[in-house]
Amino acid sequence: MRASAWSDPVFRWLCMACAALCGLLMVAFFVQLAFASGEAWSRFGLNFFVSTEWDPVRHVYGALPAIAGTVCTTVIALVIALPLAFVSALFIVDAPPWLSRVLGQAVDLLAAIPSIIYGMWGLFVLVPLMDRLWVALGVDNAFGGIGLLTSSLILSLMILPYICAVMRDVLRMTPPMLRESAFGVGCTRWETARDILMRYGIRGLLGGIFIGLGRALGETMAVLFVAGNIMKVPTGLLDGCTTIAATLANNFAEAEGVQRSALFALGLILLVMAFVIQVLAQYYLRMTGAKRGEK
Amino acid sequence: MKQASLLSAAAAAALLLAGCGEQAATVTLNGAGASFPDPVYQAWTYIYSQANNTTVNYQSIGSGAGINQIKGGTVDFAGTDAPLSREEIAESKLTQFPMVTGAVTPIVNVAGVGPGQLKLSDEVLAKIFMGRITKWNDAAITALNPGLALPEQDILVVYRSDSSGTTNIFTEFLTDRDADWATTVGAGKSVKWPTGLGGQKNPGVCNNVQQNSGSIGYTEYTYAIESKLTTVQMRAADGSWVNPDSTKWPLVGTTYLLVRDDIPADKKAALQAYVSWCFSPDAAAKATELHYTPLTAAQARQSRFFLGALKDAFVK
Repeated sequence: MRASAWSDPVFRWLCMACAALCGLLMVAFFVQLAFASGEAWSRFGLNFFVSTEWDPVRHVYGALPAIAGTVCTTVIALVIALPLAFVSALFIVDAPPWLSRVLGQAVDLLAAIPSIIYGMWGLFVLVPLMDRLWVALGVDNAFGGIGLLTSSLILSLMILPYICAVMRDVLRMTPPMLRESAFGVGCTRWETARDILMRYGIRGLLGGIFIGLGRALGETMAVLFVAGNIMKVPTGLLDGCTTIAATLANNFAEAEGVQRSALFALGLILLVMAFVIQVLAQYYLRMTGAKRGEK
Repeated sequence: MKQASLLSAAAAAALLLAGCGEQAATVTLNGAGASFPDPVYQAWTYIYSQANNTTVNYQSIGSGAGINQIKGGTVDFAGTDAPLSREEIAESKLTQFPMVTGAVTPIVNVAGVGPGQLKLSDEVLAKIFMGRITKWNDAAITALNPGLALPEQDILVVYRSDSSGTTNIFTEFLTDRDADWATTVGAGKSVKWPTGLGGQKNPGVCNNVQQNSGSIGYTEYTYAIESKLTTVQMRAADGSWVNPDSTKWPLVGTTYLLVRDDIPADKKAALQAYVSWCFSPDAAAKATELHYTPLTAAQARQSRFFLGALKDAFVK
């Protein structure tokens, strides 16, 4: 029997099995989290989402501070990282080959740094720096450099390489003829970047953003060190806060009963948040596809 | 050819090793749990494993996780700072006995205040951690410290963000001494802190106190010494002011060991030998060196948490 007669079907089945495994794992995560968090849902109901209480002594738990902290740090981190990632990707694509290679590898290296290192650097270097900055500016900072803004800064630094790497590849894929035509009709570099590169690669660019977003949502160690771990909804940039992932890391080892269940419920919320964002992003791209000239 | 000879050499070496192992009949005891006694447990297990045919390992993964592991039967013994109740011991067929006690101490970072200078009463300590006393020059603090120049500075409370036995010891103490604390906060491995910010584990708390002027936290005494932090004086049972190195220091916690009643005979013998060594003068000297307060077997037997079917077999 010739190899090609059986290798194709085997390969096909292998691929299908692997793909199905990913799907199954995802479903299993949802089921497991939903099952393990049952006690918390039946006890607190939808109130779990809006309650700011987190009292392990009286067994009353609410998710709002953790959800608010997660959303705030993620959004601020994206706002900081996005423009930086885009312009560095643009520069790397257009830079002379040797410089482009060096810079590209430097960005990739940033992505390879373990998050605990970012956390330690944040705690020992960035936090005192921020503290000195606020003291110098005369801003009242009760928490001494720890808090929402510092966490977001660390997060933005961590997601920047991911977004940048994806954007770089997307920008490289733009057909040279399109760019040359743009320059040919007298577009400036910025106009070319905005109207040609960004439009052509919008799907990929958004994909890069969502990879960064996913990482920021779930980042644990770095935030744990610099957020302050305060179970309150932050009201200002300098307030201490906590995130879902940090709350899990802080409490999971010692949690029992209702608290354990409440932590599983937090995990479920995080997973649903990430899932909903992905779905909405896909939906948005499909809805606006026609406007961008896609079929 | 070369590969084959390498392989056979490796096989011979493996056989030799296996033979050695059988001859020596080394028993390995695995333990896990509380992080509060971890420094002294690491020293004890190391010293004991060096001198005896028993290898003892201890992983500090937290009291709750240790309890789960001993119930699941994945470890031979577990350490816990929060003792199990009589009912829970009977129900899960475990034996529990105290091992060692250690001091928890408030640590402060206030300009002009040196180690052991500041005096804090139980009530003032509770009020500070509840956010009722917010300035260092509050009348309640200055009344206790007439000779000390305290700045008009905001107090920043630093607590353990992860759930821990140290927090349990600290909040149990405040619950015991202050009725207000007992009703508004209570005791546990993690509680709802009315004010302040959280540090990750003992080093996190120490670091936050070191970096923030005007802060107060609490940590195990060993960590306070290692980080060269400013400790305070508290009132002993007889009313005198004492430093944390005193035997009269009020804020102490006892840490316990848990063993399964169905522990295999060989492991039981090895663990018995290890535990009785832990109550020996040698082990006690090491514990004292690490700023813990060792217990004698007689003292351990008096504890109200000395429970379980095998308790007399382990602590004689």
